[in-house]
Formats: sequence, C-alpha cells, structure tokens
Amino acid sequence: MTADKIVFLLCAALIISSALMVVTTRKLIHAALWLVAALFGVAILYAILQAGFLAVVQVVVYIGAIAILFIFAVMLTRKEMLDKGAQTRSNWWLPAVLGVLILVGLVFLILGQPIFSRTAAQIPVEVDTLRNLGTALVSQDGFVLPFEVASVLLLAALVGAVYIASGNNN
Amino acid sequence: MSIPLNWYLILSAALFCIGLFGVLSRKNAIAILLGVELMLNAVNINLVAFWRYLDPAVMTGQVFAIIVFAVAAAEVAVGLALIISVYRRRKTVIADEIDLMKW
Repeated sequence: MTADKIVFLLCAALIISSALMVVTTRKLIHAALWLVAALFGVAILYAILQAGFLAVVQVVVYIGAIAILFIFAVMLTRKEMLDKGAQTRSNWWLPAVLGVLILVGLVFLILGQPIFSRTAAQIPVEVDTLRNLGTALVSQDGFVLPFEVASVLLLAALVGAVYIASGNNN
Repeated sequence: MSIPLNWYLILSAALFCIGLFGVLSRKNAIAILLGVELMLNAVNINLVAFWRYLDPAVMTGQVFAIIVFAVAAAEVAVGLALIISVYRRRKTVIADEIDLMKW
C-alpha cells in the first residue's frame, strides 16, 4: 500500500460519503453544501491524475459558480418545501434497486477486462501537458471547432437564463 | 502512479449510480439537478482517468472534460432559471406538481 493509494482511498471515501449525503439528506441547503465536498474530492482526484488545469477549473467553475448558483436557487425557493413531508418519492426503493443493479453490472464488466488493471506510465519530462492542452484547444487540426461551439453554447445559455429568470416576459 | 485504472472506473461507476438514484428518487426539482451534477462528475473522472492511463500526449480526454464543464454550466444556469420561473408562477418546486403540460 503506497502513499498515493492511501490518498486515493481517502479521497474516494470523501466523494462517496458526500455523494450519499447529497441524495439522502432532508434539508436541501445541506445537500448543496455536501455537493461542494464531493466536487472538492473530485478536484483532488484530478490533481492525483496530474491534470492540474482541470483541478483548478473544477474548483473555480464547479465549486465557485455552479454550487453557489445551487445555493442561491435553494434560498430563493426554500420556504415551500423545507421539512414539509417526505423529500423522496414513496417508491424510492425502486431507484435504489436499479442503482445497485447497474453498479454491480458495471463493476462486473470492469473487473472482467484485464486491460483495465493496468497502471499508468510516467509522463515523459519533455511532454508539457498544459502547453499541449492549450495548443489543442486553439489549433486547426485540434479542437478549435468544439471550443468555439462551446463558447456559443455558453453565450446562448447566459442570454436564455437571464430572459427566463427575469420575470417580466409575460 | 501505482493505482490501477479500474479503481478510478469503479469509483466513477459508484458516483454515477448514486447520482442516478438521486435523480430518480427525489421530489424536489433542484435536488434532481444536484443528482445530474454528480453523474456529470462521474463521467469526467472516467474521461480524465482514460486520458492519463492511455496516452497523456494526446489531449482528447482533457478537451472532452472541458467541454463537459461548459455544458454542465450551461445546463445548470438554464435549469435553475426554469425552476425559479416555475416557482414564481406556480409556487412549487416539486417535479410531480408541475403538470401543466400533462394531458
């Protein structure tokens, strides 16, 4: 058991336990805060995987923007549903059985493939992954078209969200 | 890097299934979106793990993960705007009670 395995297992325990709290806790504001913990665990995983840029983006975009947006939405809509009645459907055991079945099937498939038990080779020192990522995003034989489409999508989502939520569009 | 690839795959499968349970079992529309976020993160873990374990010199996995980030941000912004708009008109965020288009 090496040090990185111990870090991975601690991180996995953090992610799984906070994700379980997200889907089971009664108060929605607590669920949003547990989501922050789960997202932070995923950011640590990206750091272990040597994807430093994605770890930073995970903290800035997911925790800094998306989770805060969730907390604001919960605060704007909370008083109708807080602690009133059940937070889950009456037949909640059906999704639970479905989730466990899919998990067992996926684990069976993953463990059945011997190629998935490989470990990673060291990244060669002459490969600068951050520089490669930057060039891949804007070079013509790389991913410049998906990059531009994503920016148009973000603009459209921004305009759409402002229009829908502004309230004076009767 | 002595961690086998299938540890990441099993962790991401577990996270995906927890998110699926949240989406299917919760009544509150915002809680359903929280479950969707968990599922998107599970997908991202898979993409980055495959990038690192197959060929780190080819950036396809990380670029795909960045596109998923952008789509998740767009989805959350529009989804929460819709929920707030519905809440303003119908005074509810329970997905079962938003049945205006049910015949």
